[in-house]
Amino acid sequence: MVKDRSIGGRLFDTFNYIFLGAFALVTFLPFLYVVTSSFSLTPTLFPREFNLDAYIYIFSAPTFTRSLLISIYITVFGTAIQLLLTVLMGYSLSYKHLPGRRLILLGVLFTMVFSGGMIPTYFVVKSVGIMNTLWALMLPSAISAFYLIILKNFFQAIPDELKEAAKIDGCHEVGILFRIILPLSLPALAAFGLFYSVGIWNQYFSAILYITDSSKYPVQVLLRQVIILSQGSIGDSTEIETVPAYAKSIKMAVIVVATLPIMVVYPFLQKHFAKGVLIGSVKG
Amino acid sequence: MTQPMQSTIPDKKKPLAIRMWKERWLYLFLTPGLIYFIIFKYMPMWGVLMSFQNYQPHQGLLGSQWVGLRHFERFFNEPEFWMLFRNTLYIAFMDLGIFFPLTIILALMLNEIGRELFKKTFQTLIYVPHFLSWVVVVGICYLLLTTEGGTINELLAAMGFEKVNFLMSESWFRPLIIMQMIWKDAGWGTIIFLAALAGVSPHLYEAARIDGASRMRMMWHVTLPSIRSVIVILLILRLGNFIDLGFEQIFLMVNALNREVGEVFDTYVYRVGMQQGQFSYSAAVGLFKSSVGLVLIVVANWLAKKFGEEGVY
Repeated sequence: MVKDRSIGGRLFDTFNYIFLGAFALVTFLPFLYVVTSSFSLTPTLFPREFNLDAYIYIFSAPTFTRSLLISIYITVFGTAIQLLLTVLMGYSLSYKHLPGRRLILLGVLFTMVFSGGMIPTYFVVKSVGIMNTLWALMLPSAISAFYLIILKNFFQAIPDELKEAAKIDGCHEVGILFRIILPLSLPALAAFGLFYSVGIWNQYFSAILYITDSSKYPVQVLLRQVIILSQGSIGDSTEIETVPAYAKSIKMAVIVVATLPIMVVYPFLQKHFAKGVLIGSVKG
Repeated sequence: MTQPMQSTIPDKKKPLAIRMWKERWLYLFLTPGLIYFIIFKYMPMWGVLMSFQNYQPHQGLLGSQWVGLRHFERFFNEPEFWMLFRNTLYIAFMDLGIFFPLTIILALMLNEIGRELFKKTFQTLIYVPHFLSWVVVVGICYLLLTTEGGTINELLAAMGFEKVNFLMSESWFRPLIIMQMIWKDAGWGTIIFLAALAGVSPHLYEAARIDGASRMRMMWHVTLPSIRSVIVILLILRLGNFIDLGFEQIFLMVNALNREVGEVFDTYVYRVGMQQGQFSYSAAVGLFKSSVGLVLIVVANWLAKKFGEEGVY
């Protein structure tokens, strides 16, 4: 944008900065409040003390550490499954001459606009026999049709000459995928991996539907129970009920820990997501 | 379907079985994904047949009694039907009338920032909430607003006002929903507009300036028209999805006291189906919802093409 030195222009700029600054501040304040409160015994916006009691409490509570480990497990393992399935399927579908390709693509697209719904899906999960197992948190949403199509388009955009050359050198499809296509697509894979993992980490509804055993709850479900439903507690003692102010810091600390992994990957996400959204907007 | 193979016999002329055998590796790669789509996406579509039955889990789809359209008739005659319809429409209106314009305004204002560093900082800050889970967003909202030690209520009490039970009140439900939507996703919503704005030629602004246009006029006559097609496409996409709007969020916010203004189709399906065990009836409600959604998307896409845009699929 060109520099504008007129009075009207400066007025405009001032107003613009104030508006955006206010918006950014409103976005940021709740974070700050949660983080500083988690480090003190009474909720506060400005740090007055530095107290780790809330964190010591939640990390010594078996319920919390267990749900955290479950979330980490399904995120790491689930993302690996999702990426593998999406890459393999996207790669096959990127071959335009593959017999049956159009039909399969149409079938995939249709799932984006119509679904059987919550209840029939519940019974399918039940009949497959993964109800109340961690598989139920990974398999029912293993492939995002949207990411699959984007990745297929991405593979399609890799010049055919590269594949042909490898074929002449005696490489078949497996070799082409692992030696040529995947190394070329590392940035895209990183982006999709991050998106998938954020998706699994943040999911809670599938756990509410498919997990009945509270010892298998991921951290988001525990968070909902403790904060929104005010049922159950993080530790096994009744300390929460007896020390209400402290209880609030504990809830804040739970939110911080449940958000931390996202904050850690956020810089990497940010590097990729503009690109990801852009590829996504290109017609498939 | 042409393809650049150099072999002397065109592939098309070979028998299908041979062509398929040649690609056996690709089919092997395809299989796990195909199985996924068949089991978790297409089997539930077959399972919607239960909405025409009195489905008993132990009898299965083949053994249960068929009842035709009875569950649909019941649903259309329930007072809840109009309640769900009204609540869904309200949320759609808030989405299209408040949230969506706000993302455009935010994008336009971000675009006016001259200094790259400030722009990047603002963007970094306002994108963050998009990646938080709804549980965290609603959880923070609860910590701020409960009557038992919620920060806002403590402040109200300290200033001598009466506490407000925001979370259990019908009149506060919709304002809270739209505020959460804005907090979580308004920043993120700008991203696609900003990408489109980056492509606007600087010459257009130069020309407008020589003609003496002010910043506001440039925004109105240069910037806005250049993202018109993106606006139309996104508007139509949102229109097509409005029946699915905000389920996860609403599920967390709705409770016995604000159900009358909060409940939407999916939360109703969960309550009646999973909690009360009326499987067939709730599956019928779900099927109704999915079908309306499908029609909306098809109509939206047709509209997009009518407006001379490319269409979404």
